Amino acid sequence: MTSSLILSSVTFIYGFAGVLYIFAWVFRKPAVGRLGTGAALIGLIGNAAGFILRWVESYQLGFGRAPLSNLYESLIFYALCITLVYLAVERRTANRVIGAFSMPLAFLAMAYASLSPNISDRIQPLIPALKSNWLIAHVVTCFLGYAAFAVAFGVSLMYIFKRQAEPSRGGQMPPVETLDELTHQLVVFGFLFLSAGIITGAVWANSAWGRYWGWDPKETWSLITWFIYAALLHARLTRGWRGRRIAYLSVLGFAAVLFTYFGVNLLPGLHSYQSTGP
Amino acid sequence: MTSPSASNGVTDAIWKLFASIQLTIALLLSLAATSVVGTLIPQNADPAAYISAYGETLFRFFWVLGLFDMYHSWWFQVLMVMLAANVIVCSADRIYAQRRILLVRRPRFQAERFRKLPEREAFEDDRPPSELQGLYAPVFAKRLSAVQVEPTDAGFLMFAESGRWTRFGVYAVHFSVVLLLVGGLIGSLFGFDGFVNIREGDTVQQITLRGSGERLHLPFAIRCNDFSVSFYETGAPKEFRSSLTLLENDREVLQKDIIVNDPLRYQGISIFQSSYGSVPSEEAVLSFTSQATGMIYRREARIGGDIVLPENLGVFVLRELRHNAMFRGRSVGDAFIGTLTPPEGEPEEIILPVRFPTFDRMRRGAVVIAVDEFKERFYTGLQVNRDPGVWVVYAGFILMLLGCYVTFFTSHRQVCVEAVRRGAKTRVSVTGAANKNKPALMRRMKQLSQALKESTSP
Ligand code: HEM
Repeated sequence: MTSSLILSSVTFIYGFAGVLYIFAWVFRKPAVGRLGTGAALIGLIGNAAGFILRWVESYQLGFGRAPLSNLYESLIFYALCITLVYLAVERRTANRVIGAFSMPLAFLAMAYASLSPNISDRIQPLIPALKSNWLIAHVVTCFLGYAAFAVAFGVSLMYIFKRQAEPSRGGQMPPVETLDELTHQLVVFGFLFLSAGIITGAVWANSAWGRYWGWDPKETWSLITWFIYAALLHARLTRGWRGRRIAYLSVLGFAAVLFTYFGVNLLPGLHSYQSTGP
Repeated sequence: MTSPSASNGVTDAIWKLFASIQLTIALLLSLAATSVVGTLIPQNADPAAYISAYGETLFRFFWVLGLFDMYHSWWFQVLMVMLAANVIVCSADRIYAQRRILLVRRPRFQAERFRKLPEREAFEDDRPPSELQGLYAPVFAKRLSAVQVEPTDAGFLMFAESGRWTRFGVYAVHFSVVLLLVGGLIGSLFGFDGFVNIREGDTVQQITLRGSGERLHLPFAIRCNDFSVSFYETGAPKEFRSSLTLLENDREVLQKDIIVNDPLRYQGISIFQSSYGSVPSEEAVLSFTSQATGMIYRREARIGGDIVLPENLGVFVLRELRHNAMFRGRSVGDAFIGTLTPPEGEPEEIILPVRFPTFDRMRRGAVVIAVDEFKERFYTGLQVNRDPGVWVVYAGFILMLLGCYVTFFTSHRQVCVEAVRRGAKTRVSVTGAANKNKPALMRRMKQLSQALKESTSP
């Protein structure tokens, strides 16, 4: 498949972008950072092209469907969302150190999709449970939310790092107040989309199985994630909970995101992408 | 924080506790932490399975804590109810405290407050304030509400605002949380959740409730006319389809094919495709090939019935259909098991795998038996439930998304334009305040001052 080929090369472009951003930050070479932005943009275009091509290829195989239905495809889409959110943040803050903390995440998502032996990149037709218009709404909203949380995680790491590092390294980063504010804005964005993701998932579950909520592990973990970010948003409204504690909550929240995404497949339930029954 | 209803010490303290965001944070993080437990311990499984997994002592301990049906345990419900109380009290408290901001018709502007604000745009105009006032009024009226004008010594002040209502966004979010919990409660009090397996051709009126295992009589009967499953070339399932007919007093009232993601709804009860299976078929057509003459005899066989074979080959009895039958330690799939008793000699057990018609040749007997026709009879597994609370929950969903959008991306803004005549020029300054999202306010102020600059008489 051409799409798989494009997508595997995107993996390396993202990795390269991440290396350029880190190099630019560590050795203080702004010009290299601009190259990083270029690489990230090229990667983004390739990522989107691979995604669309895969969609087209599924039609050529005779069962056209959006490429959002298994772990491989969701990782591809996740990397796309992370890069998109990151580039939007870079545009707004005009700071490329954030790239050193964000692009490696997009790279890891792609690398896991392309290189892990357990993940098949074959285009499979949809099993009955996934044949629903809610699939696209559910996956798109969830992953936009997860992507915002991923970049928020990167920014929170910067906050924690900047608080502890000597000024020379932290100096190129935005001021801590800006990092704090940025974390908040990303979490706000992610929270809105995570809420929408949980809600579309619930509506879908109701139309497929007749219950909008069943406490299955994936559902429960998405709710755990939602509780953590809701706590973060409220913590920020009370005095004394700015800055470091918010950054730690954001790291905790992202750990919950990762568990919702990957860890849950280790637990029993309906949601794991491998399941075949209705 | 005070409230009209907090009259004495204890109620006051309770009110204060439930009005505090510290409690919110504690509750949200506790709910997150405890929810993890229920994903690590499988819920609602067989007690015997728990005992073998955790041992007797730990089992008792978990049992007392309700960890095997954790999300319905008393303490988890208490946490949820506390969250609801927290939301309600906190919102009521804040709406009361902010009533002068939230509920006024005609807001009062204080010029001094705006004169001190750092956010400002300024420019100069040749025209006198009296003329500008007439030009600015329609610009204001178009974009903003509650426009007020106040004359000053050397010019005028013009105030206006927008989006006061957006301050209610956060209360919409909080109310939506209450709606979700109330909707869930309505569902669990007045709804039911059950399942039923119906064989093709059969009609049932009773279902089994999930959890309690009790039987429930439906106001109508369900007949499964047909069930079919289709597969992709890859072997993955493509579609599960049940053709159902609903009957009231033996009268057909509705007929519909349901598939996963496309259920049937009637009288508030929904019927979903959820699983399927095949029932052991009682019948098969068998072929008996005589090795001596090469003649093939086809006979219909029923489980338990015996067949006297021609050419004095003996008597064959079909005993059972075995799923996943084993032969010499290997699985041969679904197979009929029978007994052949020759005229002389011992009865012999015969295995007839449905998928391998030549299997019995291996036995090298006087007759080779094979399954010629075998019709599987499917049953469809249906989920049958009623949830009158679902519309309350859906209303909560919509309110939550709208409320979040309003809370996060809109704001309550006030602007004040002051025009002062200085010599031959008029100095105009635009200042503004917003309850959040300052960058958006700055953009709006730029746009407004641009529009004012360009305003000319028609
Ligand atoms: C799961 C339940 C809850 C959800 C989803 C929720 C959601 C929200 C959201 C999205 C915001 C806006 C935050 C921001 O602007 O960054 C907010 C603000 C707030 N919440 Fe909640 N909340 C919940 C429970 C509670 C509870 C129990 C309380 C009780 C104390 C509470 C008190 C507040 C307060 C005081 C604000 C600030 C309002 C303002 O800015 O004027 N929330 N809530």
